[in-house]
Amino acid sequence: MSTDTTTSTDTTTAPRHELVYFALRNRKLVIGLSIVGFLAIVAIVAPLFARSNPNAFVGPPMQPPSSSYLLGTTYFGQDVYSQLVNGLRQSFLVGVMGGGIAFVVATAVGFTAGYRGGAVDEVLNMLTNVLLVIPTLALLIIIGGYLKGTSIVFEAVFVGATAWPWAARAIRAQTLSLASRDFVGLARLSGVRSWRIVVGEVAPNMSSYLFLTFILLFGNAILISASYDFLGFGPPNGVSLGNMMNLAFAWNALQLHVWWWFVPPGIAIMAIVGGLYVTNVGLDEVFNPKLRSVS
Amino acid sequence: MRRYFARKLLTYFLTFFVAVTLDWGIPRLMPGDPIAGLLAKFQLQPSSYAALHSSYTKAFNLGEPLWRQYLDFWWALLHGSLGTSIYAYPDPVTTVIEHAVVFTLALLLPATILSYLAGNKVGAIAARRKVLDNTVLPFSYMLTATPYQWLALLLAFVLAGVAHVFPISGGFSYALVPTLSWAFLWSLLAHWFLPFATLFLVGFGGWAIGMRNLIIYELDADYAHFLESLGAPRRLVRKYAYKNARLPQLTGLALSLGTIVGGAVVTEIVFNYPGIGWLVLQAISSEDYFLLQGIFLFIIVGVLLANFVVDVVYLLVDPRTRIGLQGGTR
Repeated sequence: MSTDTTTSTDTTTAPRHELVYFALRNRKLVIGLSIVGFLAIVAIVAPLFARSNPNAFVGPPMQPPSSSYLLGTTYFGQDVYSQLVNGLRQSFLVGVMGGGIAFVVATAVGFTAGYRGGAVDEVLNMLTNVLLVIPTLALLIIIGGYLKGTSIVFEAVFVGATAWPWAARAIRAQTLSLASRDFVGLARLSGVRSWRIVVGEVAPNMSSYLFLTFILLFGNAILISASYDFLGFGPPNGVSLGNMMNLAFAWNALQLHVWWWFVPPGIAIMAIVGGLYVTNVGLDEVFNPKLRSVS
Repeated sequence: MRRYFARKLLTYFLTFFVAVTLDWGIPRLMPGDPIAGLLAKFQLQPSSYAALHSSYTKAFNLGEPLWRQYLDFWWALLHGSLGTSIYAYPDPVTTVIEHAVVFTLALLLPATILSYLAGNKVGAIAARRKVLDNTVLPFSYMLTATPYQWLALLLAFVLAGVAHVFPISGGFSYALVPTLSWAFLWSLLAHWFLPFATLFLVGFGGWAIGMRNLIIYELDADYAHFLESLGAPRRLVRKYAYKNARLPQLTGLALSLGTIVGGAVVTEIVFNYPGIGWLVLQAISSEDYFLLQGIFLFIIVGVLLANFVVDVVYLLVDPRTRIGLQGGTR
């Protein structure tokens, strides 16, 4: 979203190097980013070096973690470590795709409603409020009954199509307040097209806010897809963190005390999502000078 | 105030309308023959397949023209009929759901309300003490990032599977006959505790973080600085900050109702707790589509009612909505 406009702003007046300076000094940002970054690298690299296919039966069933099976084996004798790193990759993929789709829908709806106003706003606002109330999981329940073999793309599209309303509402509110500013009025007077005003004048002035929204949507997408897979609606034979918990539960890992089957995927999700939340707060403090003294 | 409520109610009625339409439309929108899809999962003889296919067609009312099917669906719904359950044949879907709703409400209401109240209190206290802030905050972030089903699995494993402090599954001990006896009530309570704790803990983290951050924002607002410069005691400033911070938290509560319900569904499944969520799993595994449709509507109606309650509370807490100033009408 780099543009040549030089309008003065609330949040991005600070020169680049100043932002970097505050970013490196912000403990929350550094911790959050390191966690997410580390897991992202693991998700990209580790599956390449995992010794086995995640669904392959490599050893005796229900082996506790040991030197030969780093995180033990499942009820069926599959390698938990291999499943974990592959599942991590799936989670990031669904998070980026689902969060990305939700973000695109949210910005489209939010900008249009906030900038156009009038009847368009009324209709879009009503649509947002209606979808906001319908719980994602409930919707999944009636759709899931009919699905035969979903894919990770379907999952991302579903998450993206249902997770956007709160973000659209927040972006609409921000756009509303920016649209009444003088510099937007000036652009409008000089005959700039609406979409160029939105992209060139409105969006850059809330770019930090948009970025924070994307991070939250990303984290939410990972959490939603974990529930989705836990209910057994995930891709058949798919390896995901939610699916690991589903299978562990279904095959009595609780009663058989096979804790290494369901503990690692939960920790992984908690670390990604928690890392994203902490990054979000840290970035907020970096972008917003008012908050810096607090940390 | 009347405008505020009129808008809210319009949204809720529209939501209900959309939800019913989706509930009706999704089986019909699915590509291919929905009934063939449902029946493909059973392994049937050709003769029984034909019989079942025609009875399903009749049950779903698929022989009629579409507009007729739609109106009939509403007609049946307004007369309180959601069809017959396959899982609990021949009970009507409404009866099956009614039995489960009691358990879900007994979990959801206390867990939501208590975690909201406790989270807000602890968050507000954390915002004023550095030591507390440094311990409560990381802990809260971990809790709010935890998937419900994982915390449920963990608690079930540690406190029920290994330590045997609590029962691991069910709504009450199956050795007991449901009566109003101490033994039975105790059994209910023991089975209720872990699912409740799961929902409470995940919710608590989010509310504590929200309140802590909002108070810090509020303390930086002009009115707070003004009060301070007038020499008002810090306690008073904090009190005003807390009162203002409650409003966005209430909005947040309304927004997160869907997530909370979703959390209850997966938590109940882990503990085999016989509420709506557990029923979802039974309905899925027995291909009971009428039951799923009914559960969907029940959840929607529940969330709508809860939203309405939050709106009323908002009205009580925010005086601006009462005298018609802007504020609540977001």
